[in-house]
Amino acid sequence: MTVQPRIVRGEGFFLAPISRPAEGSIGKTGTWRTMRPVVDLEKCTGCYVCWLYCPENTIVKTGDGKVAIDYDYCKGCGVCAEVCPFKAIRMVEEG
Amino acid sequence: MEIRFHGRGGQGAVTAANLLADAAIREGKYAQAFPHFGAERRGAPVVAFARISDRPIEIHSRIKNPDIIVVLDPRIFDLVNVADGLKPGGIVVANSTVRRVEGYTNYCVDATGIARRLGLVISGWPVVNTTMLGALVRATGIVSLDSILGVVRENFRGKLGEVNSRAVLEAYESARRC
Amino acid sequence: MVVRSLTGNYAVAYAVKLARVQVVSAYPITPQTTIVEKLSEMIEKGELKAKMVRVESEHSALATVFGAASGGARAFTATSSHGLLYMHEVVWWAAGSRIPLVMAVVARSIGPPWNIHVDHQDIFDQRDTGWIIGVAQENQEVLDMTLQAFRISEDPRVYLPVMVGLDGFILSHTRAPVDVPDQDLVDEWLPPRRQPYVISPETNVVMGNIAPDEVHYLMRYSMHEAMERAKRVIEEVDRSYAEVFGRSYGGLIECYKCDDADILVVITGSWSGDAKHAADRLRSIGINVGVARVRFIRPWPRERLVEIARDKKLVIVFDRAVSMGSLGPLFMEVSSTLYPYGTSLAGVIAGLAGVDVSYEDFERAIKTLVSKLEEQGRLYIPQFWLFPEGFESEEKRLEVARKWL
Repeated sequence: MTVQPRIVRGEGFFLAPISRPAEGSIGKTGTWRTMRPVVDLEKCTGCYVCWLYCPENTIVKTGDGKVAIDYDYCKGCGVCAEVCPFKAIRMVEEG
Repeated sequence: MEIRFHGRGGQGAVTAANLLADAAIREGKYAQAFPHFGAERRGAPVVAFARISDRPIEIHSRIKNPDIIVVLDPRIFDLVNVADGLKPGGIVVANSTVRRVEGYTNYCVDATGIARRLGLVISGWPVVNTTMLGALVRATGIVSLDSILGVVRENFRGKLGEVNSRAVLEAYESARRC
Repeated sequence: MVVRSLTGNYAVAYAVKLARVQVVSAYPITPQTTIVEKLSEMIEKGELKAKMVRVESEHSALATVFGAASGGARAFTATSSHGLLYMHEVVWWAAGSRIPLVMAVVARSIGPPWNIHVDHQDIFDQRDTGWIIGVAQENQEVLDMTLQAFRISEDPRVYLPVMVGLDGFILSHTRAPVDVPDQDLVDEWLPPRRQPYVISPETNVVMGNIAPDEVHYLMRYSMHEAMERAKRVIEEVDRSYAEVFGRSYGGLIECYKCDDADILVVITGSWSGDAKHAADRLRSIGINVGVARVRFIRPWPRERLVEIARDKKLVIVFDRAVSMGSLGPLFMEVSSTLYPYGTSLAGVIAGLAGVDVSYEDFERAIKTLVSKLEEQGRLYIPQFWLFPEGFESEEKRLEVARKWL
């Protein structure tokens, strides 16, 4: 299958039940965090396991083979720190 | 032209109806073949139908008044009324040397004997579908012998195709008015 | 082009192959099974380059093709009766997500008691899901409708999944001549797959999220609008198919001698052929009958039916299903459509659970209703049960009830 990812609109009045991460009615959900993930770029090997597991799509591939966190939407659940095989993500207290 | 096949589960009545329709379609005619599935098990009486016409066939209901009936097992005569609804002047083609239906044109063939001789036996059961098609062609000329042989060779490859073709030919030659 | 002797199920498989479907997933159920058996064989022989995904249920089968289709693949599944009921949740998901895909539904009655024969209960059970639902009369149409289904489903004016209904055994297991089109022509006629969005690991798309109530409301409106547009698309696809392949079925409704008819039969599925035969025979004794064969029950061809039926002396609807506690589902559609015109109406419920309905049965029912019309001048009989032969009297029916108690 070689179909390129793309968004094509239907004709007429068209609504599909999909959405892009965007500011919701409650604002940026990053404010919900009590703990924040911090990436140790020395240890990060770019395996992207965290990217695969993040339930909120807030792990960003930075283009240099590493990752960064989108703190606007990261809710601080800690899944990334849990799954990282290299212990490259630490959860630290907000504030 | 409407044909009803009576057999017992495992003898090949459904395949016989299918091959007959295939042969008619091969001749450029319109045809339809369909089974009637109830609670069939191996050995239980089964029915299959075929329609052949020069015009497209739009009727889909079961055949009540066939022009021809084909009986694949002599014991079926004792289990069901095979002639039920058979049109006046209809033709009966039976795998039997003795059984016939009074008041109709009857053709007899020892299909079981032919099938056994040729080794057309599956799990101890003689399979007489292709044999009975040979007899049907002899009795009615509803399709040509070549068409039947063509579809038999297409559906049964290699040695099985050869044996089934021989079954068709032997039945074609030995079917008799009775 | 080559004419083959094919069962309805094989006609589906050939169409799926011609459409170059990339992912197939299904769970076996009678009388559907031979569709995916044939497709497996085609894939195994290398005639069809597709992935066959084996699953443990129909729910997973549709989920699999829904996922594959969301990811950009042309995908297909098939089921029947209880299998369709089991996948019902995902049926809504696929349509609500606006993902084009095609499913063959081999119509079969629903148990208990267990039964494998045809009626339309399973298909009408999907009526409100947002799928386009077509029902074929012959094996040739099964092939043609399946091919057309891909084009309709993937049309940007539609973007809804399509079910192709074919009657169990009567079509699915019946051999008949089918003209199988050339691959080159199909490739030219069927555009490359289009869909509203494609999910991939690289796109941050959220599916199945909670939308505000108002947006949910608007999505229903959007689907409904697409259904309305689909009516035009179905007619267009029928015409363009006819230009290339030489076969037209009249789009939403096939009209058989409708124009000069006094009595109009409205019906869907394979038994329409028997109804047409009955119409011809009744015409020979002076009862002018025509047959409007509904090819698509969704979108409901409201406007077309009004054109054809409003001025008839009597419209008789034949239902092979019943909405228990109400009426025949096709009758409900027809009667609400014709309500403003005051047309005389009768709804016959027959052939449930594969009970054979012959052209003589059609003639019997039509004659009875026509004579009632003549007595009364105007007719409204919303349910007229055409009981199986021998069970017309209540006494007989009670006898059966006692036997089965």
